[in-house]
Order: sequence, then structure tokens, then C-alpha cells
Amino acid sequence: MTDILLSVRNLRVVFPHRHGDLVPIDDISFNVKKGEIIGFVGESGAGKSMTGAAIMGLIDDPGIIESGEIWLGDVRIDQLDAKRLIKIRGKRIGMIFQDPLTSLNPLKTIGDQLVETILAHLPVNADQAKRRALIGLEEVGIDSGRFNAFPHEFSGGMRQRVVIALALAAEPELIIADEPTTALDVSVQAQVLELLKKLCRERNASVMLITHDMGVIAETTDRVAVLYAGRLAEIGNTASLLSSPRHPYTRGLIASTPSVEHGDISTHLYQIEGSMPRLDALPTGCSFHPRCQDALPRCRLRQPEVINESVACFLYE
Amino acid sequence: MLLIILRRLGQSFFVLFLVALISFMMFRYVGNPVDNLLGQEATVEQREALIEALGLNDPLFIQYFDFVTRVLQFDFGNSYRGALPVADMILERLPATLELALVSAFFAMFFGVVMGVFTAINRRGITGNFILSSSLIGVSLPTFLIGVLLIWVFSVELKWLPSFGRGEVVELGGWTTGFLTVSGLKSLILPGITLGLYQMTLIMRLTRAEMLEVLRQDYIKFARARGLSERAVYFGHALRNTLIPVITVAGLQLGSIVAFAIITETVFQWPGVGLMFINAVFFVDIPVMSAYLLLVGTLFVMINLIVDLLYLAIDPRIRDGQLKRQER
Amino acid sequence: MSKGNSLMNRFYKSDFFYDFRKSPVTIVSFVVVLALILLAVFADLIAPTDPFDAKSLNLFNGFTPPMEPNAFTGETFTLGTDDQGRDLLSAIIFGLRVSLFVGLTAVILAMVLGVSLGLLAGYRGGWVDSVIMRAADIQVTFPSILIAMLIFGIARGLLPPDLRDELAITVLIIAIGLSEWVPFARTVRGTTMVEKEKEYVKAARLIGLSGRQIMLRHILPNVLSPVLVIATITLALAIIAEATLSFLGVGAPPTEPSLGTLIRIGQDFLFSGEWWILLFPAATLLALALSVNLLGDWLRDTLNPRLK
Repeated sequence: MTDILLSVRNLRVVFPHRHGDLVPIDDISFNVKKGEIIGFVGESGAGKSMTGAAIMGLIDDPGIIESGEIWLGDVRIDQLDAKRLIKIRGKRIGMIFQDPLTSLNPLKTIGDQLVETILAHLPVNADQAKRRALIGLEEVGIDSGRFNAFPHEFSGGMRQRVVIALALAAEPELIIADEPTTALDVSVQAQVLELLKKLCRERNASVMLITHDMGVIAETTDRVAVLYAGRLAEIGNTASLLSSPRHPYTRGLIASTPSVEHGDISTHLYQIEGSMPRLDALPTGCSFHPRCQDALPRCRLRQPEVINESVACFLYE
Repeated sequence: MLLIILRRLGQSFFVLFLVALISFMMFRYVGNPVDNLLGQEATVEQREALIEALGLNDPLFIQYFDFVTRVLQFDFGNSYRGALPVADMILERLPATLELALVSAFFAMFFGVVMGVFTAINRRGITGNFILSSSLIGVSLPTFLIGVLLIWVFSVELKWLPSFGRGEVVELGGWTTGFLTVSGLKSLILPGITLGLYQMTLIMRLTRAEMLEVLRQDYIKFARARGLSERAVYFGHALRNTLIPVITVAGLQLGSIVAFAIITETVFQWPGVGLMFINAVFFVDIPVMSAYLLLVGTLFVMINLIVDLLYLAIDPRIRDGQLKRQER
Repeated sequence: MSKGNSLMNRFYKSDFFYDFRKSPVTIVSFVVVLALILLAVFADLIAPTDPFDAKSLNLFNGFTPPMEPNAFTGETFTLGTDDQGRDLLSAIIFGLRVSLFVGLTAVILAMVLGVSLGLLAGYRGGWVDSVIMRAADIQVTFPSILIAMLIFGIARGLLPPDLRDELAITVLIIAIGLSEWVPFARTVRGTTMVEKEKEYVKAARLIGLSGRQIMLRHILPNVLSPVLVIATITLALAIIAEATLSFLGVGAPPTEPSLGTLIRIGQDFLFSGEWWILLFPAATLLALALSVNLLGDWLRDTLNPRLK
């Protein structure tokens, strides 16, 4: 299947701890196709950011990938040594973090930071790098006159644009965007998402869009994966998942997203009862069953596996 | 921005005023200039005459004003021991202390930063941990003990380096330097290391801590995510952000070097202003004590001021008024 | 020891004790400090001789190397003797007592002063706070040892010559204590300002408790943890400060020598080969300072909430 860019198989991430190991990612498998925008949605702590970090090899100490495989094209990347990993990062996979203010070195001009990224990956000289950098700035809508400006001189939205320019500077095939708009004003969020979408489509680059905001998912993604307590609950085409969600958790998520369509503003806001369990207090069987209204007796005994590459729930087995 | 500078200057002046006040109070009330100048057997009339001549009956603020005026003209009075003008004593001995301070500062900064960066990057390595552990000993070893032990090893046992004095010095105008002779340079080594060792351990631990803190930041993570080489991450990003607070604190420590020079000079009988001061304390030679305090106090205030202003100039965020000054 | 929730049991099971047990370095430091303190406290009973009893000294005993019988008198001394025939082991034990006494008392002085000023500044705020903090800022511009020397020098100048040696220890304690109050004050002030806004303080005020009662009985207990860390670190600093001042000749007098004074004496005899007069006091001082520092470091790491 040559249109699959990234393949994650049975990924398991563990944080060893004196009082008992913590498992932020239990068993996750999915594929990212070339050129698609796939969303990863779930509550805080569900494992979405951790998945992105695992792919990049940037899990904080003392976490490790205990088992599973990550394939980029026909190269296995989860066990690469540092030198080879550096060749992948930035060049084949780019990453964007949540807070643009802390993502940029406050003491270096944005021009400097762009040029160094380009020089690290592309066989060009300093002048060519600078030219490319200027083009990169234009593409994200920043005036080239601000090449020598410092990060603190920009507004939040513009900073995130700089971050996007930096992530795209070496022309990667995949962008992992970890909550790229969460720290921005609502009015600016849409612009930044549009920009990201446009630039990636132009390059036929794939995007893993990590967010907790269903609205963002609806607007931007082709496919979406729903994560819960370190496992995949449901995965599928965005349109169909939104219109007919199958996993009870997904249904709850969608129901609790406020919508202004059909003048529905007065509707009482639905909330799924309870909250996602902490990593050190996971229930037996399906992690969601204590909050699930359709729970079967079986749900308390075993974890459901993902079937037909779409949903992990005993209701559908 | 200007406002910040002016406020800072104002603070410095206030502290200088206080330092001068303490110095003056010492001079006036702790010492007994009349007894010292006349001896115990003076008559009452002689005392009265001297008191009047010295202006000791004038209102306090006039005396203080006189004091400050004289100080600004570099008149610090005469030492109780030997009646030499204190100003001359200080000038004669200052080059010795300054050269020593310079050598030790350089030693401390260079090795401190290098080892600090090394132990930050190689957190888990054996060398790193070894250096770190020995740095803890460095902090627990009092300066004087370092000096004495160095003397034992290098002067007594190995006989490589001299154990006291400056060696041969060359006079250049008003300055006497030890840099131009072999014996002078040799004499600078042990005292220089002694004086600088404490500072070096401080700078090393500070550099390491700052660097580790910087390496935790998001922009380092993002730099790694962009595929920058480890070298580019450490030296292109981390180092610059680390050095700024390090230089600030290190600069402040520069003042400590002057204070600890007292100790080193005593151990090595180094003829500087520090040795002069400690002898003055022992013999209760008030004019010398008071003059030294004034000098050193002014030095500290100026160093603080310069470092603060430097910080303002280097960090672009502060320069543009974007960031609140952090409490130190 | 009964099982269950007793205080001892909770202590044994606590993270605090666990961290302690896990770190062999800390255990050793603790044991060393304890041993040295016991040595100092029971000096009279443990030391083989009284090194300051002039009558018991035999000049012929001078310069005896450790563990070797003296050429003239045939007496053996564990750590040798100095130039006056004093048993070095005894001199060190008594010197240790002086060093520890000065160090501990100075820290207590600094702690009492600093904590009081910190509570006052944090609780009252306003100009009281400004004045205290401004004084702290100014004092901190100068290294504490310089301030200690200054205070010592002034005190010496104010005392008549015959009292100078007698009161040297007291002056030393005051000098060092006064130079180290600032870290206590700053930390306590910070915590006080935070605690002041909490419910239980407001409740206490409503009941009618006076400011002083609130500060002492309610806020103070919450501040103890960081104060303990600072106290340990300051203890190491005070011990080193005292040793330094004594070495320089402006501290403990030769009639009541501390480890620092002994080291000064030792330095004089390096070139003539009587190395033990220097080595043993130096080693004792180093052991003391190092152990206290290590304990302080460990305490700081364990009690730091951010690292949990």
C-alpha cells in the first residue's frame, strides 16, 4: 500500500515509577496516508500529545517506548539512534507545539532560527538559505522586513505562523501539530488553521492534528482518531464519524460540543458523567465502562480491541 | 527605560551614602583619635585644643560633610600605627590586590563555565558526576584551608612554587606588576587558584543549573524537533541563554573576590590591601579600617550597578520593556 | 513498636525517611555530624588531657609525631603534640567544641532575628516591610564574611583592650549571626505573605487573636520546612566563617582556640616538617563542613515540593 506515509503498530509507552509504572499509551495502531489531514482528539491526558512525541522520539525522561513499531515509509524509526533520528526530524517529520511564545528562542531573531533550520537539512549556502527563509516568511503572511525581529515583537497568532514556517522550512512529508491553536485567541485560530491546511495541501504533506476541540476537527480534518485513556476508541472518516459516531465516548464528545447551527444556542449543554480515569487508577476491562450508559457485563472484564480498523467497543463485536 | 536607569542610579547613591555614613561613624566614634594622637598623659588643655582643631565639637552633619569632602580628595587620615597617610598605604598596595583578583577571576570564569557546560551536557557520565562531587567539596573547603593545603603540596613537598610574597615586581609608573617576571608569575599561581577556586565552583554549579533549566525549555524541544544537531542545540541555543544569567551572577561575585582576597593575602602574606585591612582589625587601626570599608563598599556598589546595567543592555526583552525585572 | 498509624510508624513509612535510607551519602553525613556533636558536647569526658591546663604541659613533649613515643619523656600521643607539648587530640576535641558552639549559636541568632523580621515584614507589609527588605538588600550586596569582619572590628574597637580576648567568642557569635539573617527573613516573608491571605488566618483574626499570636502560632509552623533547610546551609557557612576569622587572627583567641586557630598554628610548622599539627585539625574541619553541607543539600532536595 504505497499511499501510507506513517504506520504506527501496537505502540506502548511506559513511564517507570517506584510506586508502579504509568502507561500513558497502552496499545495504539493507526496509519497516516500521504497528503491527508488526520485529527487526534481526546481529553487531556488521553495520550494524544504523547503519541506525537513518541513518533518524534521526544518523549520526556524517564518515559520509553516499551513495545510496538513506528514506520515512516519503509524505514523503521522507533529504534533509531540519535544521529539518524536528527536526519528524520525536521526533514521528513516536522512538529508544531502549543505555545508559540515558548517555542521560539527569545534571544534569537526569527530570521536566524529559520536560516539555521534550513542549513541543517538542505544542501544550500547561507545566502540561498536566507532567500528561502524570506520566501518561507512570505508564505505564512509575515512581512519580510521583520526578518531580524525577535519573537517577543510579534503577536501570538503571528508567532504561530513563524513556528509553522520553521516547521515547514525543510519541506517535511508529515507535520505533527500538537494543539497548534489552543493558546491563541479564537479570532486568530481559524486563520492559523486555514494557513496550515493550505500550505500542507500545496506540498501534499500529511498532517497529524492533535487537539481536544471537536470544532477544529470538524473544520480541518479528513479523518479523525478518538483517544481515551491511552487507547484508541474510534477512528474513521471525519464526516461519517461526526454524523454517526459509534463508540459511546465519541457520541458523548460530539453531544457535548456546543453548536450554533440551527439556532440551537439555548440547548442545555450535555456533559459525559464522571471524568477520564487517572493513569494510576485505571478501571478493569474497558477504560470507559464506568461512564458508559450502554455498558455490557463483558466490558468490565476485558479491553475491547479495534475491529475493522474503526472502533474498539464490545457493542460492535 | 531611562526611568529604570535613573532609579537604579538613585539606589546606588543611597547605598553609597550609607556606606560613607558607617565609615564616618566608625572613624568618629569607635576610634579615639585624641588618645591615639596625644597618648594617655596629655593634659586637659591639650585635649581641648586638639578636639577643637580636629573639629570634633562641630555639629554632626558638618563633620560628616567635612569627612566626605576629604574622602573625595582622597584624604583618609593617618594610620594609628606609624602615622602614615592611609591613602598612600592603599595606593601602594592596591596593584598587588588587583592583579591577584584579575588572575583568579579569569581562572574562575574560564574553568567554571567550561566545567559547568560539560557537566550539564554529560549528566549521566562518570566524569560529570565526579566533577560535581568534587565541587561540593570545593564549597565546603574554606578558602584559607585551600591555600594552606596548596602551600603544603606545591611549596613544602614539591618545592615547585613559592609560598609567600609576590616575587620580583616591576615598577611601571605608579603601578607595580608581577606579570613581567618569572618569579612574579610563579607567585601569582597558588594565590590565584586559592582565591578563584570558590568562585569557580559557584560558577560551575550555576552554569550547570542554568543550562539544565534552559535545556528543559520548549524552544530547545522545538529546536530538536526541527532536527538541529545536538551541537547546534547546545551551542547555538542553550549556551547563549545560559550565559546571560551566569555572567550576571558571576559579575556580582566579582565583589566577593575582593573580600576573599583578605583571606588569601593573609595565607600567602601577599602585600595587598586585604592584608593591610586584617592587620588593621587586629590592632584596631580605625582610619585604615574605615578607609578600606569605604573603598570596598564603593567597589561593590559600582559592580552591582554595572552588572545591572549590563543585564539591561544584553537581554532584548528587557531592553524593549517587555519583561518585568526578576527578583534576585 | 506497634504496627498501625503511630507517629514513629508513619515516619518510618514516609517518603522522607525512604529518601534518607536510600542515600548512603546522607546517612554517613548524618552519622558524622552526630559523632562530632557528641565529641564536642562530652569533650571533658572524652579528651585524654586538658590541653589548656598550663601546669600539665611538659615542653619536652613538644613536636611529638603521632603514635610515636616521645624521645625525652616516652609518652605517646594519638595525634601527636604541638610546639607547647599539648596533646593534639585533646586540642582538636576542644577546638571542635568551640567551632560547633559558635556555629550553632550564631545560626540560632541569625534564625531568630531573620525569622522574626521576616514574619514582621510579611505580616505587617507597608513601610515596615519596605524598611526591612531594603536593609536586607543592602546587606546582601556585601559578602557576609566582610560584614562579620566589620562587626567584629567595630566591637573590638568599642571594647577596652583587656576585655577583648575574653569577649572574643561572644563578639564572634554576634558578628556571624548578624551577617546571616537575610535568607531566613526573605523566605519567611514570602511564605508569610502567602499564608496571610489564607482562610485560617482570616478566621483567627475574626476570633480576635492578636497579630503576634497569629504570626507565632499559626503562620510560623507552616514556615518551618524551608527554614530548616536554610538553617542547615547557614550552619555550614557559619562554621566556615568562624574557622576563617579564627585563622585570620580575628576570631577565637589562642587561649580558647577553635579548629581555625589550630590550623593557623599548624601552617607555621609546615616547613619544619611537623605536618600533623596542620593535618588533623584541617581534616576535622573538612569532615564537619562537608557533612553539614551534604545534609543541607539532601534536605533541600527532599523538602522541595517542585521535584515531587
